[in-house]
Amino acid sequence: MAELVYEWESLESKIKTTLREAAEKLPKRIYEELIDKLKRTCQEYGLTPEEATKIIYNVVREYELSMIEPGEPVGTVAAQSIGEPGTQMTLRTFHYAGMREFNVTLGLPRFIEVVDARREPSTPIMYIYLDEEHRYDENKAKEVARRIEFTRVVNVASEVSIDLINMRIIVRLDPVMLEDKGVTVEQVKKVLEKLKLGNVESDPSDPLVLYINLPPTESFSLIDLQKKKDKVLNAKIKGIRKIRRVIIQSMVNEEGKTEYFLVTEGSNLPDVLEVPGVDPRRVYTNNIHEIEEVLGIEAARLALIREMKDVLEEQGLDVDIRHLMLVADIMTQTGRVRQIGRHGVSGEKPSPLARAAFEMTTQNLFDAAARGETDKLLGVTETVIAGGILRMGTGMVVVSMNPATLIKGTQKSGSEQG
Amino acid sequence: MIPEEKSIREIKFGVLSPDEIRKMSVTAIVTSELYDEDGRPIQGGLMDPRLGVIAPGQICPTCGNDAKSCPGHFGHIELARPVIHVGFAKHIYDALRTTCRRCGRILLPQAELDRYIKLYGRLREKWPLLAKMLVTVVKKRASKVMECPHCGEKQYKIVFEKPYTYFEERAEGKIQLSQFEIRERLQNIPDEHVQLLGLDPKEARPEWMVLTVLPVPPVQVRPSIVLETGIRAEDDLTHKLADIVRTNEKLRELLDSGAPQRLIDEHWLLLQYHVATYIDNELPRIPVARHRGGRPLKGLAQRLKGKEGRFRGNLSGKRVDYSARTVISPDPNLSINEVGVPEEIAKVLTVRVPVTPWNLEEMRKYVLNGPYKWPGANYVITPDGRKIDLRYADRKRIAEMLSPGWKVERHLKNGDIVLFNRQPSLHRMSIMAHIVRVLPGKTFRLNLLVCPPYNADFDGDEMNLHVPRTEEAQAEARELMLVQYHILSPRYGGPIIGGVQDYVSGAYLLTSKATLLTLEDVVDLLSAAGYRGEIPEPAILSPKKRWTGKQLISLFLPEDFNFRGRARVSAGVFACENEWCWNDSFILIKKGELLTGVLDKKAVGAEQPENMMHWLIKEYGSDYARYVYDHMFRMFIRFIEKRGFTMTVDDVALPREAKEKIRVILHEAENEVYEVIEMYKQGKLEPVPGRTMEESLELKILDVLSNARKRVEDIVVNYLDPFNNVFIMARTGARGNELNITQMAALLGQQSVRGERIHRGYRGRYLPHFRPGDLGAAARGFVYSNFYDGLSPVEVFFHAAGGREGLVDTAVRTSQSGYMQRRLINALQDLRVEYDGTVRTPYGDLVQFVYGEDGVDPMKSAHGKAVNIDREIERVIGWRT
Repeated sequence: MAELVYEWESLESKIKTTLREAAEKLPKRIYEELIDKLKRTCQEYGLTPEEATKIIYNVVREYELSMIEPGEPVGTVAAQSIGEPGTQMTLRTFHYAGMREFNVTLGLPRFIEVVDARREPSTPIMYIYLDEEHRYDENKAKEVARRIEFTRVVNVASEVSIDLINMRIIVRLDPVMLEDKGVTVEQVKKVLEKLKLGNVESDPSDPLVLYINLPPTESFSLIDLQKKKDKVLNAKIKGIRKIRRVIIQSMVNEEGKTEYFLVTEGSNLPDVLEVPGVDPRRVYTNNIHEIEEVLGIEAARLALIREMKDVLEEQGLDVDIRHLMLVADIMTQTGRVRQIGRHGVSGEKPSPLARAAFEMTTQNLFDAAARGETDKLLGVTETVIAGGILRMGTGMVVVSMNPATLIKGTQKSGSEQG
Repeated sequence: MIPEEKSIREIKFGVLSPDEIRKMSVTAIVTSELYDEDGRPIQGGLMDPRLGVIAPGQICPTCGNDAKSCPGHFGHIELARPVIHVGFAKHIYDALRTTCRRCGRILLPQAELDRYIKLYGRLREKWPLLAKMLVTVVKKRASKVMECPHCGEKQYKIVFEKPYTYFEERAEGKIQLSQFEIRERLQNIPDEHVQLLGLDPKEARPEWMVLTVLPVPPVQVRPSIVLETGIRAEDDLTHKLADIVRTNEKLRELLDSGAPQRLIDEHWLLLQYHVATYIDNELPRIPVARHRGGRPLKGLAQRLKGKEGRFRGNLSGKRVDYSARTVISPDPNLSINEVGVPEEIAKVLTVRVPVTPWNLEEMRKYVLNGPYKWPGANYVITPDGRKIDLRYADRKRIAEMLSPGWKVERHLKNGDIVLFNRQPSLHRMSIMAHIVRVLPGKTFRLNLLVCPPYNADFDGDEMNLHVPRTEEAQAEARELMLVQYHILSPRYGGPIIGGVQDYVSGAYLLTSKATLLTLEDVVDLLSAAGYRGEIPEPAILSPKKRWTGKQLISLFLPEDFNFRGRARVSAGVFACENEWCWNDSFILIKKGELLTGVLDKKAVGAEQPENMMHWLIKEYGSDYARYVYDHMFRMFIRFIEKRGFTMTVDDVALPREAKEKIRVILHEAENEVYEVIEMYKQGKLEPVPGRTMEESLELKILDVLSNARKRVEDIVVNYLDPFNNVFIMARTGARGNELNITQMAALLGQQSVRGERIHRGYRGRYLPHFRPGDLGAAARGFVYSNFYDGLSPVEVFFHAAGGREGLVDTAVRTSQSGYMQRRLINALQDLRVEYDGTVRTPYGDLVQFVYGEDGVDPMKSAHGKAVNIDREIERVIGWRT
């Protein structure tokens, strides 16, 4: 047995050719990892050149053996790999995801939501990270949170009533809520004035009470008044539409510092990105369609993968990411997010038989007839229907020489001779 | 001779034109009568023999074939008045509202149309989806135009009333369009414009969607059944067609006799109704056509639709011969590759073997044994293709005649390859190939290690068995589908086959430090495992020779195998960070010697990636893996058999001291709950942001109670003997967990429905045993009792409520995830890896440039990674680190 070498440089020089070969055969990332780990092993335990060569040889061999083979029905394998553990997922819609403040849809319902490519998740959530200035200070984070949270008059008012005698709407503000949401009375007043229902004045004795004096009208209707009251209640003071609630969370980031970030109920990616204080590069939402619209199809693909992966991981299910990538790829293949189902991937197949065998049998057949479609019998379902051999796996291999025609040929020539 | 191969290259869809229908028809059907007084079918009736024969012995007057080879022939009905084909009602509507009511052209300016037609022509072949979108745009725009840009005719809005009525909204009111008018308008649409509406003018002129002639399917499609009483029962379609013919003839009569328009319209509508329900009997807004008994008739659409319909029931999935199904039971003495087949089944399932000079004698023996004695044969096929049933033949004579060129349908025998399947077939490991072992008994036998991939147990499960018939199929089954090639799952790149339950306990007990084996034990265990070789030197030589279980394991490991890893039992007080540890829960294997550590679920269990078994399989191949599973694992079972393994009530009995501690904890928790409730009532409770007070209270109570349960669990774990059998099972992962033990020994804990404490029932309380508004732990489903002491009636009820939810949940979940899987499969099934490494659809569309971004097969990967470099280093130098 050769000497153990503890110095990487001297070992490296001894196994140069092996390394060069490995560098050619291995992808860069694996090669770098190999070198890195060899180096560390060498320094810690020492390696003989023979051992190092053997390790490298094994790595190359394992890598080459792990490659996928042509003809592999990767789609079916992916679908099975995702579908099979589906039975083990919980059905419970609501679960705590580390926060008791929010309900988050998880498990099977959420997974179905993702592959269905629903417009709006049943529990939209955003994770908003803040820029350098705001991320380390809870108060500054709160500032941003206030800018984002959608606040209406109803959120800060303790009472809104109609005063029929004086024909005015009384708005009584809640000082605690005003403080909490960071809204001043002036702001509310301005908002109410903008509604143009009538001139707004504060109660001289109590600054928290505002009156909206309605202009005298000929036709008096209670429904009309009620409508005006609702208008007041729903008047937007500030914030971003659809963001119902914002909560500040903290974590320790890579730099080891405590960082504050926001979690919101409701999602509105385009508007949140423009809020000052937000780090737009790190904003995340679980609404895939918003991601598609704002950041494009590649981002949507990654979001799909991430969402599926998160659900499976949370459930403790072990599914290879490649399967999820394939699902995301087929969903985004056309440049927009398609559903896995009759209105998406399956419904857009070129084969009428495949579509008919999946769902809406008769509708698909009638449409195919009207369009004069042709089924080339290439896909799996069609081939099974026509009784053919699948062009996958071992069925992908075809013999160019057809034995049947060959026999026919010999017989013909035989009969000619005879 | 090999029959000439006929294969379908493509299938063209289209709408039959009236001319085509007449051309392919052998007769017009003119009478609704089926048979005359003598019971013979009437000429021109629906059972006209010219439509084809189905009774054996008859000769078809049209094609001259007998019943077996007559394909059947269509007839036709000349409709007295045109009717709408309901399947195309929507297409007709689209065509009507987008084209001019006078000149038939699409209601868009000529210049625009020219542009679209050109564009459509280019898109159609290459981008069919875009072409489809163009059509929608054209339809949308044209349907809004109210004046024809071509002839200036004023247009009216067309209203479509499902399923087959159309109106024009004119100034004077809604005017119904007759089928005549509709057909006329459709006729006027020029071919080019038809195309722009998404229809194919060659295969489907829109006017063909208004039927003037109805094809009558051959009798093969609608056979009549003769009941035991001798009464003929006709098929639903025949009934419906008879209705159509009857109405049609009546309508014709009325027309000929010049009956009042009202009467004619009435019959016309009836004809329309019959034709519509003939095609689809589940149309909205019209009554379902029924049998005399009230059973809805099956229309053509109903035959095709749904799970049991033609498509999903007969075309995508087919029934097969050469298959068997029976109950399964375990047999640890079989190889994982084998399946035990009852002799009774082996005598029915056959394999067709060509007789050759080399197997002639063997085949003769099978023929002589005949169908009733195994191993025998059921049929013999002569060189000219005749099939001789050996039940009725002179077997001696046939055995003598047997010579090369003949074929024998011989019984299934040991060594044959079969496919074995358990539903639901959720992944490819649900169908694997096994090698036959014919055994006495009436059940299929399988090795317990293959239970995880099939998800099988033996509480009455049944499984299916199929015999591959052709040599190709047999070879593929043997080389690709055999169990040993499916030990690694493509789902996560790790073994899916592995020990469960007693295998795990057995492995743990055998390898545990406390186990010392006598020579007798060693010999017994090794012979059970089928080990052939020398017995190693005993670990203890004096005062008596004793072997350890670890030594026996080492006999099965390859000599250059190195491995380090924590065992599953390495947790809590038994944790081990490395091999220098008294708890013996760190596995260390150097050069094929198991030095420290016990084998448990992590090492030998199913679905445990990156464990000892995973690397053994990956590095030494599937033949070796099979060897280990077949032999080493049998030793675990043998050992647990010898030692004895059971569970007693005492295993979960807690000492008085522990019970007292638990009582105190629960008492504290109870008090705390009341405190919280008190705070809530006084409004002093701190609310969780974004939650109501009630929700906050619930959260708080659940928190308190679950903390209490956790503390109790710690006590249970502390006080129970860690080496009692129940605890061993929980710790090694063989069965159960610490929560289960706590529930048996200490308390059941909070029962929940929908993630909340149980509260629905009476007003303000769950059961009348509590005060209304009682929010305490006991009133809302917290069970203080355990299974050892028993539950109070009220607690049983809470427990049942929680248990029921679990059952419902499972039932709902299976259906939901089943549908999701069906959709996933349907969307992805056509994808395959091409020779260039790309993933494509069969139509050539590219989905991935390189499969999975790195071209690595998850099944062949090391738990998702192409190469686990740490492992590769360990493999080589692990023996000295």
